[in-house]
Amino acid sequence: MSPIMPEVKAVPNVSSGGAEPLPAGTDVPSTAVLSTRDLNVWYGISLALRDITIAIPRNQITALIGPSGCGKSTLLRCFNRMNDLIPSARMTGEITFEGLDLNSAETDPVSLRRRIGMVFQKPNPFPKSIYQNVAWGARINGYRGDMDELVERSLRRAALWDEVKDKLNKSGLDLSGGQQQRLCIARTLAVDPEVILMDEPCSALDPISTARVEDLMDDLKSEYTIVIVTHNMQQARRTSDMTACLMLDDGAQHGHRTGIIAEFSPTDRLFTNPKDPRTEAYITGRIG
Amino acid sequence: MSPSDAHFSPKASRRILGPVFGVACFLATMTGVVFLSILLGAVLRAASQGATLAETFDLLGRLARSTRSRDPDLAGFKAGIAGSLWLLGLVFALAIPVGVGAAVFLEEYMPPGRLRRVIQMNIANLAAVPSIVYGILGLAVFVRGLGSSRLAMGSALIAGGLTLALLVLPVVVIATQEALRTVPSSLRQAAMALGATKWQVIRDHVFPSALPGVLTGAILSLSRAIGETAPLLMVGAAATKVPTGLKDRFTALPVEIYKYASEANPKFQVVAAGGILLLLALLLTMNATAIIIRNRYGRSARG
Ligand SMILES: Nc1ncnc2c1ncn2[C@@H]1O[C@H](COP(=O)(O)OP(=O)(O)OP(=O)(O)O)[C@@H](O)[C@H]1O
Ligand SMILES: [Mg+2]
Repeated sequence: MSPIMPEVKAVPNVSSGGAEPLPAGTDVPSTAVLSTRDLNVWYGISLALRDITIAIPRNQITALIGPSGCGKSTLLRCFNRMNDLIPSARMTGEITFEGLDLNSAETDPVSLRRRIGMVFQKPNPFPKSIYQNVAWGARINGYRGDMDELVERSLRRAALWDEVKDKLNKSGLDLSGGQQQRLCIARTLAVDPEVILMDEPCSALDPISTARVEDLMDDLKSEYTIVIVTHNMQQARRTSDMTACLMLDDGAQHGHRTGIIAEFSPTDRLFTNPKDPRTEAYITGRIG
Repeated sequence: MSPSDAHFSPKASRRILGPVFGVACFLATMTGVVFLSILLGAVLRAASQGATLAETFDLLGRLARSTRSRDPDLAGFKAGIAGSLWLLGLVFALAIPVGVGAAVFLEEYMPPGRLRRVIQMNIANLAAVPSIVYGILGLAVFVRGLGSSRLAMGSALIAGGLTLALLVLPVVVIATQEALRTVPSSLRQAAMALGATKWQVIRDHVFPSALPGVLTGAILSLSRAIGETAPLLMVGAAATKVPTGLKDRFTALPVEIYKYASEANPKFQVVAAGGILLLLALLLTMNATAIIIRNRYGRSARG
């Protein structure tokens, strides 16, 4: 439970999400917030992800790694139904979020996306003031508290406040890339999500900004569940508790690239003692 | 010479072609400027007849204050100017909301597919239909009410406004669609990912970002509407008095210019030339206003 805006947050339902048993063989130290079972995703007729079964543990950082095109971003977009925006995308199988069936027609993707926030690869602040960047999401979700205070709290939480407190009315686009990315994180925090999905959030940043974002993630994980896609093995190792290594399926139909989960284990084990030979080849730099 | 130089031998012409292309583009730009200057010069000379600038301004002032007359010394464009301003307001009120609405529907709501392509093609074709055809349409539908006396509006201001609004509608739709397409999808995704509804995304992000482009389309279409003559002749814009309401008969500035220019008495040529200057002044004022508004909005969308 986050200290930010506790009044808005849904009371965690212990009987549904909290006690759900995890799929066998995953060896997850705490309970799952998000889990998928036999998830398949198509773009048109091409199968992009096959038989994905994964459980994202609460208040931990889960890293998704794997070669380009294996469907990491696709999987991430399944979690907040952003794939709905791609007309050709289709999915089957089961995804549950706190006991809620994400794939069902009754689930409203709009209210879901407030609870499962997303940070994109390329910093994409709104062409508005820094203040408005943070306040907008809260306002359109009907936030009724003190907006100035929420903006300050979110910016502080994203370790950006000291750099921008004197220029809140300046455009968010006038910030540096690293600051923009932290602004995007602040904007996500302002709507008080339970899960934060990050798609290569540091790939456009220099090492110092990257370190700041990583520190921030570590800081945030006590209140949020984080799923991060990264191409940087060191980053996955440094930041995450669990790591899922996705691979391209060798047996996929000719001309199609289908992603599968090769291995999903605690990060130290995956990197020191990988069970799957393809994972080992990938993390040691022999494929991918 | 480094060893890799052996593999690269750029054509010598690539250094010359750049400047040549630049000069060609400069000449293309000048074409418009030169002909506009020639036109302005010729019209100014025809209107002033060798008089001083102050006298020419006096003449224009007189032309703007008096209504149509058989006597070239008393003739003026007051009714035409009033009619054109009315039409401008009507087209703005009718064509811009409908055109922008249609564009938003096509771009943001309608799923891509065959139906959308068909509609799209039709709109593109409508933009190319000659204006006289819209005149005939306006005459049949608005003036005559398709034969029903209850629906017929006669040669009223509202019939002229509706005809011109229809005429510029495709331009508004196409320009707005172009503007909406330039809004980056990352912006929409960022907003959607915060739990916004489509309407909130369009209202707060897509539309403000597209606004400068939308306004450009609006300016172009209003400029076109104010210069149109043929469709207004068709719907019977031939009044000589200033209209006071939507049901009044009306005329428009280009129509009056056309009528004066076809008079036999050569003194009317001066009047017609003065009318052209008035029309140009109206157009320039309008465009300048629109550009100022656009720049202001453009800034606020950023800041
Ligand atoms: N909008 C789309 N329409 C059609 N196919 C898509 C779309 N997005 C992704 N794909 C396909 O799905 C597969 C997985 O793509 P995805 O972007 O999820 O990979 P990724 O693992 O995130 O790659 P990267 O590491 O390069 O970001 C690719 O083969 C890609 O071509
Ligand atoms: Mg990706």
